Amino acid sequence: MPTSFIQPEFKVKIDYDKCHKCGRCVQQCGWGVYNFNERPIPDDAKCRACHRCVTYCPAHCISIEKNQLAYRDNDNWSPAARKAVWRQAETGGVLLTSMGNPLPYTRIFDHLVLDACQVTNPSIDPLREPMELRTFIGHKPDSVGVESDGQGGFRLAEGEGMKNNLKLDTPILFSPMSYGSVSLNVHKSLAMAAQRLGTFMNTGEGGLHADLYPYQDNVIVQVASGRFGVNPDYLNRGAAIEIKIGQGAKPGIGGHLPGEKINKEVSGTRMIPQGTDAISPAPHHDIYSIEDLRQLIYALKEASGYKPVGVKIAAVHNVAAIASGIVRAGADYVYLDGFKGGTGAAPQVIRDHIGIPIEIAIAAVDQRLRDEGIRNWASVIAAGSIRSSADVAKAIALGADAVAIGSASLMALGCHLCQSCHTGSCSWGITTQKPELTRRIDPEWGAEQLTNLVHAWSHELQEILGALGVNAVESLRGSRERLRSIGLDEQMNKVLGVKPAGM
Amino acid sequence: MTTARPRYAEEASYKIHGGCGLMGICDESGKLMSGEDAILAMAVQHDRGNGLGGGFAGYGIYPEFPDHFAFHMMYHDIQAKEEAEALFDQYFLVDLAEPMPTRPVKGIADAPLLWRYFLNPYPNKLEESELSAEDYVVKAVMQINSSVDGAFVASSGKNMGVFKGVGYPEEIGHYFRLEEYEGHTWTGHNRFPTNTPGWWGGAHPFALLDWTIVHNGEISSYGINSRYLEQFGYKCTLGTDTEVAAYLFDLMLRRHKLPMELACKALASPLWDEIDRMPEAEQAVMRSLRAVYGPGMLNGPFAIVLGFNGGMVALNDRIKLRPLVAARKGSILMVASEESAIRAVIPEPDSIWMPKAGEPTVARVQGMEWPIHGDLHLSPSDISCAVTGTEVSCDTVEVNA
Repeated sequence: MPTSFIQPEFKVKIDYDKCHKCGRCVQQCGWGVYNFNERPIPDDAKCRACHRCVTYCPAHCISIEKNQLAYRDNDNWSPAARKAVWRQAETGGVLLTSMGNPLPYTRIFDHLVLDACQVTNPSIDPLREPMELRTFIGHKPDSVGVESDGQGGFRLAEGEGMKNNLKLDTPILFSPMSYGSVSLNVHKSLAMAAQRLGTFMNTGEGGLHADLYPYQDNVIVQVASGRFGVNPDYLNRGAAIEIKIGQGAKPGIGGHLPGEKINKEVSGTRMIPQGTDAISPAPHHDIYSIEDLRQLIYALKEASGYKPVGVKIAAVHNVAAIASGIVRAGADYVYLDGFKGGTGAAPQVIRDHIGIPIEIAIAAVDQRLRDEGIRNWASVIAAGSIRSSADVAKAIALGADAVAIGSASLMALGCHLCQSCHTGSCSWGITTQKPELTRRIDPEWGAEQLTNLVHAWSHELQEILGALGVNAVESLRGSRERLRSIGLDEQMNKVLGVKPAGM
Repeated sequence: MTTARPRYAEEASYKIHGGCGLMGICDESGKLMSGEDAILAMAVQHDRGNGLGGGFAGYGIYPEFPDHFAFHMMYHDIQAKEEAEALFDQYFLVDLAEPMPTRPVKGIADAPLLWRYFLNPYPNKLEESELSAEDYVVKAVMQINSSVDGAFVASSGKNMGVFKGVGYPEEIGHYFRLEEYEGHTWTGHNRFPTNTPGWWGGAHPFALLDWTIVHNGEISSYGINSRYLEQFGYKCTLGTDTEVAAYLFDLMLRRHKLPMELACKALASPLWDEIDRMPEAEQAVMRSLRAVYGPGMLNGPFAIVLGFNGGMVALNDRIKLRPLVAARKGSILMVASEESAIRAVIPEPDSIWMPKAGEPTVARVQGMEWPIHGDLHLSPSDISCAVTGTEVSCDTVEVNA
């Protein structure tokens, strides 16, 4: 019997005429593709197409190709579907994968176009005029009560005004990614970048390592169903607290960080024994309904001196009603994670088939909160495959207050979307705890990469605002009039609240 | 013929773009000025319009009826007039009903039937309704605009009136014989819409009770401004930016009781850089105002003159993308899109300046109350129904598609 029906996905080709025989590919590959016997000999079956070896080969003599095996044509049984069956027949297990949903669903962002000013109103040059991106995340009152200050001016009346909001210099945050699923150096890179950018990183559910304390004012600390690393000190260090109910890549299911990733540092941060699996239950076992959520929100507020408390949910069919409930339960923001959002590990069937696109979730939630007159009560953070500043602008125009980026931020650190985070052998040193791999990321370099990316997107967002003739991001937020759709059907336009181009 | 009668519900089902010219003049001592000055100020700004809309509002113009609500009506035909008058009879004691005095002017054609009424609620009906007089009037306006096809209330305040139509403003002014009126405050408007609605009600000023608004600009943030207002029950159906500005003033001044200065700061917010440099107490107010009213901030080019019985307020956008000049001569404060308009009326002002971006220019008539409609309690949907004439059912919010 063959050991497997499944042939290698990729072919690793080395131009031995050019090869220096330096062995760097052997050293760089986290997957053990190469054996060195006078020259590097690749084992195609192990290759994940992460391009680490390609990037570091001094002779540029490595290329990775798709293994172009011909399969008998069958639109119904794609090669991927056949391979899945073979793999499950071999293993009897749930297929695991990572990063975001790669299936060819309609990418709604790519069917939306933005407006620009011509003649009747002027565009604004962001290089000459102020172009404001400052954003506040948190509860805002419906109105502002003022009183005379006795000197011809006004001051806030007792108890009035906006309180306890997160101040962002740009409406882009870093998504929650736990220490454990990513390395400490990744966490440090994110935290340093967040501080430099005037925005926030998010611990994810793995606690806050002591090395991040200097950056705690730019850190959102997460409380998830496993409650890893949660203690009063943790809650009080964060600028805000986030209750994680769900994740776009795996709505409705929990998490599993294998024991191999729980080294001494992760163990200390998560407050669990070294080498044990870290299992996050699917639900919070103290939240079986919305009134339970309210209790947890207020428990966390009480424990932290009323820091903002947000709730992260996966975008699912009934997302608008759920978000409304969350806002009424007292959350300061709702974090919506669309079904293309990334993950460090998820069952493939869940990642690829559960949840709804973030564009629809933003539109539905923003409209529902407006219909109920409670849009000011909480901010909406949108995530789940924000790929560019254009996506940022479109998400904001649909109604998001800010977006969060996970996959894009990891790409800034070298991630090539090889979808193998769950193996713990990331050659780029991102989703691994192996010291020889994690040291590949210098936090100082990582912070600069991340800062560059967010700066670049922010500049582009300013260009977009300028073209739209507005000089503050709040004038784009929810301004669906500035969006038009191309190639979406009427029902979808209605859901999104946008007109087709030409109208 | 009923098919030919327009529903005066909305001017267009799509958003109308346009540029404009405007003016406002107020004698803070309360001394009265002829409407001729307002016409003159608009005539020199002729080229800022395209003949598709001009209008004026005058305050203090009906000293013989200072305590009557003055209704300026536009009727498409006699049937609309009869139906509206039947409603008047139901609600009001009409002390005088007369055709608006007009004269033939070259360039003015297709005028609707123009009538004015000086009236007051029947005391017993007002008492039965348990409404304030202002609420009562607005409800009546709402009913006329929404249920009488071909009838439109151009203005409904005390001792003031709106004169507007399709044409250049100087033509409209002369058509309405404004030189025969005297007021302490006048505002004027010249319209350059990018379509040809040909609807008299669509010209500026827009009015409800004694509040009027003239507006030059294109609110680039219209999309979110209107969605923000819908959240409070306002219904933006005219498809014009002016309506949005009017409702935002109503929301902030009347519903949220913000002082005029702060409402202006919320609509044309200072930059964050400026806010960060303010003293702490002021910073706290401005930070909250911007964060809370951010969706209501009017972004993009505009100049607005808000008129009311106690004076007027002129406001520019936050980076002054539309012109607005102000001048003072003694007790007279004048604003206009162009200095030429000011010089035409006041050749030698004591001072003349460009109001800073987002800084309100305020004229208060001595001895008159500051303009909050303390007796108006109606909901935003009622207000917007009154202005736009949409059905009473307009309080249901639809997806903005």
